[in-house]
Parts: sequence; structure tokens; C-alpha cells
Amino acid sequence: MNWVFQFGRILGVCFLGEVLAAVLPLPVPASVYGLVLMLAALKWGLIRLEQVQDAGRFLVSILPVLFLPAAVGVMDLWDELKAMLLPCAIAVSIVTALVMGAAGLATQWVRRRGGREHE
Amino acid sequence: MSELFAGLLSRSSAWGVALTIAAFGVGALFQRRTGKAWCNPILIGSILVMALLALTGTPYPEFKVSSGPVSWLLLPATVSLAIPLYEKWDLLKKNVAAILIGISAGVAVNLGCIVLLARVMGLDRAQAVTLLPKSVTTAIGMDVAEALGGMPSLAGAVIVLTGIGGSLMAQWVCDVMHIRDPIARGIGIGTASHAIGTAKALEMGEVEGAMSGLAIAVAGVLTAVLAPVFANLLG
Repeated sequence: MNWVFQFGRILGVCFLGEVLAAVLPLPVPASVYGLVLMLAALKWGLIRLEQVQDAGRFLVSILPVLFLPAAVGVMDLWDELKAMLLPCAIAVSIVTALVMGAAGLATQWVRRRGGREHE
Repeated sequence: MSELFAGLLSRSSAWGVALTIAAFGVGALFQRRTGKAWCNPILIGSILVMALLALTGTPYPEFKVSSGPVSWLLLPATVSLAIPLYEKWDLLKKNVAAILIGISAGVAVNLGCIVLLARVMGLDRAQAVTLLPKSVTTAIGMDVAEALGGMPSLAGAVIVLTGIGGSLMAQWVCDVMHIRDPIARGIGIGTASHAIGTAKALEMGEVEGAMSGLAIAVAGVLTAVLAPVFANLLG
């Protein structure tokens, strides 16, 4: 039963995230509000780690499977995709690699600089 | 035969979820056997499902309804990314400047490159703003595309493809660009390829996974705020 209650707490936070997304006029979805709320609740001790840990870790571990139905949905959008196939392909491959490199290198650079100043 | 099959499917509620898990399982097995990064379980699994739907003449909306419980878990699973993040709180606090600068750089490169791409390749505004939020989580990205006059469902598809692309490239990009620091790897992967990339980051390590999960939230919000600014540069 413990897992059920853990799942229930997580869903409670999800619901609060949905409420915030509906009330606040920002283009931020329920999932991001929920993530921030969960982090705040853990940080401020409103929820203890062991009250959500097992169910939460399980959910995180199955995350890749959860995207499969959305990926299958690409088949229904083939006509729209075909109209801009080359730009889409460049955006998905080259631009994504550049973004990954830029974010990673910038983080690494600042961290190394910070490390030297400490010495 | 196909009518009997279609009738059976529309009365069954389990097949969508079962097929999703089975296809993913086959994809995962395929990856373990071949050991190749491009044999991504989401990629292989979704191609299998597409082929099966096409062969049996089952329309995608039927699969979408039947596999609904799988997609429904996306919200609690995304919220649960806060848990590994909380467990790495000290690391986050100590590196907050590097992390924020890194994510901002990634978001700026993404939006800038898409604007450039749109201008060079002559995309119309609706097409361009559909690509703008391609690196953030579907929930945010589809809203951003819609708010700017793009095509939300196509944005969703491009976002999923970006995620798969990012998880395929993650190891290679980190090696080629000499990104060895686990925090930097996680931030790079999460900023470029949201939750699908995060699944790959979690495979690389706990720190990578936690940082990638953090990057989903921060990059998502930052993109939502900055996308309208960059959309103005489309001319």
C-alpha cells in the first residue's frame, strides 16, 4: 500500500501544478510547475524524501517508455513534416548537437574557472 | 479478417499499453544485442508500432486512445524528476552560476540557429515558430508554438524527434567537444533534448540525470520567455 500513497502524493503535487497552470497567465505547463512545487515541498520538509522516493524513482525509470506513443504520432503528421523536411532534419540533428555542445561547454567552462579561483 | 481485428481492438482497452511496452521491449533487446547507440528503444519501438498499425490498417487515433494511460503517466513522471534533483541539491547550489549560464547559452544558440535557418531556407513564419521550441519538453513547446501562431501538433512531433536525435548523439557530442564534467554533460543533454535526452543522461550517471532533469525545467521556462523575442527577428 505504501507505493499507492507515494503515488497519491505525487499526483497531488501534479494537481497543484495543473491549478497553477490554469490560474497563472504564463506559458508554463503544469509539469514544470509541478516539478518546482515538488522540489520546494521536499526542500521545506512538507514532503519527506521517503514519502515519495520509491514511486518517484519508478516513474523516472520508466520515462523513456512514456514517450513512445507520442513518437508514433509522427506518422499522422507526415504531410506537414514533408513540406519542411530538410529544415526539420537540420534543426533536429545539427542544431540539437550545437545546443548540447554550447550548454555543456559553457557549464564546464564556468565550473573550471570557478575551480581555479578557489585554489 | 481486418474487420474482425478492428472490432476486437476497439473493444479492447489493454492493447495500446501492451503494444507500447512490447515494442519498447523489443527495441531495448535489439539495442542490447547490437550495442549500437542508434538502436534507440523509442526509435525502434515507435517504428515497430507504426509498421504494425499500417499493416493492420489501424488508424493512429485508435492507438492514441488505447495507449492513453502511458502518456497520462508523463505528468507524474516529469514531476518526479524533482526527486533525483533534490538528492543532488548541494551539487546544484554549489554550481548554480555555471548551470544557469550553461542553460542560457544553450537556449540562445537554439533560438538563434532556428531564426538563422528559417531566414536562409525561406521558411514562413508559421513554420519557423513551430521549430523554435524544438528543444524543450512537449508540454511547454507545444504551448509556445501555438501562442506564436505555429502548428502545435507538428511542434510536438519535431520535439519528440529532437529528443530521439539528442539521445542518439549525446555520447558522441560529449566526446567530440571534450565535455567530460558530469554536471556539464547533464546540462548539455537536458537543454538540447529535454526528457527523452534525460533518459539517456540517467544511463550515463546519477549526476548527469539529475542535472538533465533540472535543465528541462529551466530551459523550458527560459524558452517560453525568449521565444517571442526571437520570433520578432524572423522579419
